[in-house]
Amino acid sequence: MQTTSSTRGFVDRDNTAETPGERASLVLGMHRFGEITHQVCRVSENPPPMAWYVAFAVSIGLVGLLGVAVTYLVFTGVGVWGLNNPVMWAFDITNFVFWVGIGHAGTLISAILFLFRQKWRTGINRFAEAMTIFAVICAGLFPGIHVGRVWFAYWLFPIPNQMEMWPQFRSPLLWDVFAVSTYFTVSLVFWYVGLIPDLATMRDRATGKVQQIAYGFFSLGWRGSMRHWHRYEVAYLLLAALATPLVLSVHSVVSFDFAVSQLPGWHTTIFPPYFVAGAIFSGFAMVVTLAVPARELFGLKDLITLRHLDNMNKIILVTGCMVGYAYSMEFFIAWYSGAMYEKFAFVNRAFGQYWWAYWIMVSCNVITPQLFWFKRIRTSIPIMFVLSLFVNVGMWFERFVIIVTSLANDFLPTSWHDFVPTWVDIATMFGAFGLFGTLFLLFCRYLPMIAIAEVKATMPEADPHHGHAHEGAHAGSHDHSHGHGMGAAGLRPAFRDPEAPTH
Amino acid sequence: MSTTATTTSPAPRADRVDVPLPGTQRVWGMIAEFDTPADIMEAAKKVRAEGFRFWDCHTPFPVHGLDKAMGVKRTILPVLVFGAGFTGLLAGLGLQIFTNSLSLKIWAMVWVTGYPFLISGKPLLSIPAFIPVVFEVTVLLSALSAVGLMLLMNGLPRLYHPLFTSKRFLRATDDRFFISIEARDPRFVRSRTEAFLRSLGAKSIEVIED
Repeated sequence: MQTTSSTRGFVDRDNTAETPGERASLVLGMHRFGEITHQVCRVSENPPPMAWYVAFAVSIGLVGLLGVAVTYLVFTGVGVWGLNNPVMWAFDITNFVFWVGIGHAGTLISAILFLFRQKWRTGINRFAEAMTIFAVICAGLFPGIHVGRVWFAYWLFPIPNQMEMWPQFRSPLLWDVFAVSTYFTVSLVFWYVGLIPDLATMRDRATGKVQQIAYGFFSLGWRGSMRHWHRYEVAYLLLAALATPLVLSVHSVVSFDFAVSQLPGWHTTIFPPYFVAGAIFSGFAMVVTLAVPARELFGLKDLITLRHLDNMNKIILVTGCMVGYAYSMEFFIAWYSGAMYEKFAFVNRAFGQYWWAYWIMVSCNVITPQLFWFKRIRTSIPIMFVLSLFVNVGMWFERFVIIVTSLANDFLPTSWHDFVPTWVDIATMFGAFGLFGTLFLLFCRYLPMIAIAEVKATMPEADPHHGHAHEGAHAGSHDHSHGHGMGAAGLRPAFRDPEAPTH
Repeated sequence: MSTTATTTSPAPRADRVDVPLPGTQRVWGMIAEFDTPADIMEAAKKVRAEGFRFWDCHTPFPVHGLDKAMGVKRTILPVLVFGAGFTGLLAGLGLQIFTNSLSLKIWAMVWVTGYPFLISGKPLLSIPAFIPVVFEVTVLLSALSAVGLMLLMNGLPRLYHPLFTSKRFLRATDDRFFISIEARDPRFVRSRTEAFLRSLGAKSIEVIED
């Protein structure tokens, strides 16, 4: 299929077929490095499409709503939420856990897939990492405001004070403070380190004074020096190695908030792995939710190819199976333990007053990902988009079910109480989505959405021993008299590409 | 083929240009432009063999194996990061033991006293409960030092550099590969270095002024 330069990146091309002995290409129809630069940078250099403005207006509106809800909360007290005794955690902590979970995909893609040398990560890692940072910002908002008297939030940190009071380090809630703030800092640093060379690219292409100064300042004077690249690559590898256990630890620590307590439905050893699998599941679903419209609007279909989406859907399938297994194992252990309260808690989840939330969770998280067994569905853009939305909804309800059903009906029936959200609860929840959307849209507009340098490095042309089989594709390349890479063309697996010249 | 655009200084009188003559601009060095990773790899091997010391390659992405070809020594960064991580481990442990297990009085900007918390019958020195925070502080310090030291050792941030005066060099972050040789290199002789770079098959050669 021939594509003209104006439609380039706006047309889907199937690169998902597997041929033994061949490695599918990650970048479609591009053989020159400059083309990658152009494809990615034009997004920020040209005015955004109309849809961007519409989405931005909606998001900013929701941020306004968030501001109203939070201000009202701070001036009045946490009583404006539907909390009661015993349901002292509800939407606030549900949203916190939901957003921290979303934030897992980014660092997983950048760290774990990097260590496993999954080169396809380069197409999606930049905006998945951005998504992580924005999600953790949204997550951090909730514990911050649910303490009620926000001006005492510094009590969370070991700061010497006039009361000679220290935080209690044996509490999982304090571990959480350290885990989430470390995760945020390391993710931010990881993201920024990856951005430095690409910001330098933006700086060197910028024509406006403001852009030159802004990109110039944040690219720290990067000049592509190989001596710098050497240390840069070592530092990047170290960061990946450090972030890998960190990703797995964050949601484990979040799960300790529940698992370490004595409450039936919370007090289970399965929580850490179950939470981590759920977090990766929801994080990848959010990446698909964002990637589908982004590649459509900004014409990035040759860089975030169908193959990337296919791979992500496979991860959603795998982690969806883990989550389904965890749900059933939880039920089994509740019965097998013989503990009356535990048994009740689980039967009550499925058939009690919040039965609808439980079955929304099961149908969205267990049933929908199973559709990804079919390649037709894994590679269908509209279907995967809808399924990813289902997973997002399902994972929100998972946290709601765990938190609210366990609290509402604990040991003593006389102290039971139902939770009903107020308008402030709901406004804060949607407001957080607005905050997330605003930050993400600003990122799409002003920063390179795809790791330009990393994508270039995965191209076959980037290999100094690259055979000269693609001779015709190197426009302007004429001086290959070095006798380099001779014979490589026969040995190296050919990179299949719908537009590649046959050789 | 090679379109040589040599920006010359106003008075190219001396061959040894590392000593600026009155009224002339100081020459920082010379850059040579290449098209492909393979070309710069070949060229870098020859520059190294020629015995240059103050030289570098500039590429839009890390070219695999080019650092070895240039003879770049493996960085000591991992060792330093390990040290930082170990410091974090001790700091995390010390912080928790001090604040939650002992009633010591120490001076940390102000006089502070620890408080031996008795929580759910756990021993005062309950190491297992301290592990999560120790882990987090270790990772935090390692990650921040990995990035901080990498930038420090690279001499970044440095917002101005003579190389940024070159229009041609703008493509070093896009699709071109450059070798730069600095004038302070003892082997740098302007005419000879230029001829040498041309012999490597450079697409263009440019003199960079400071």
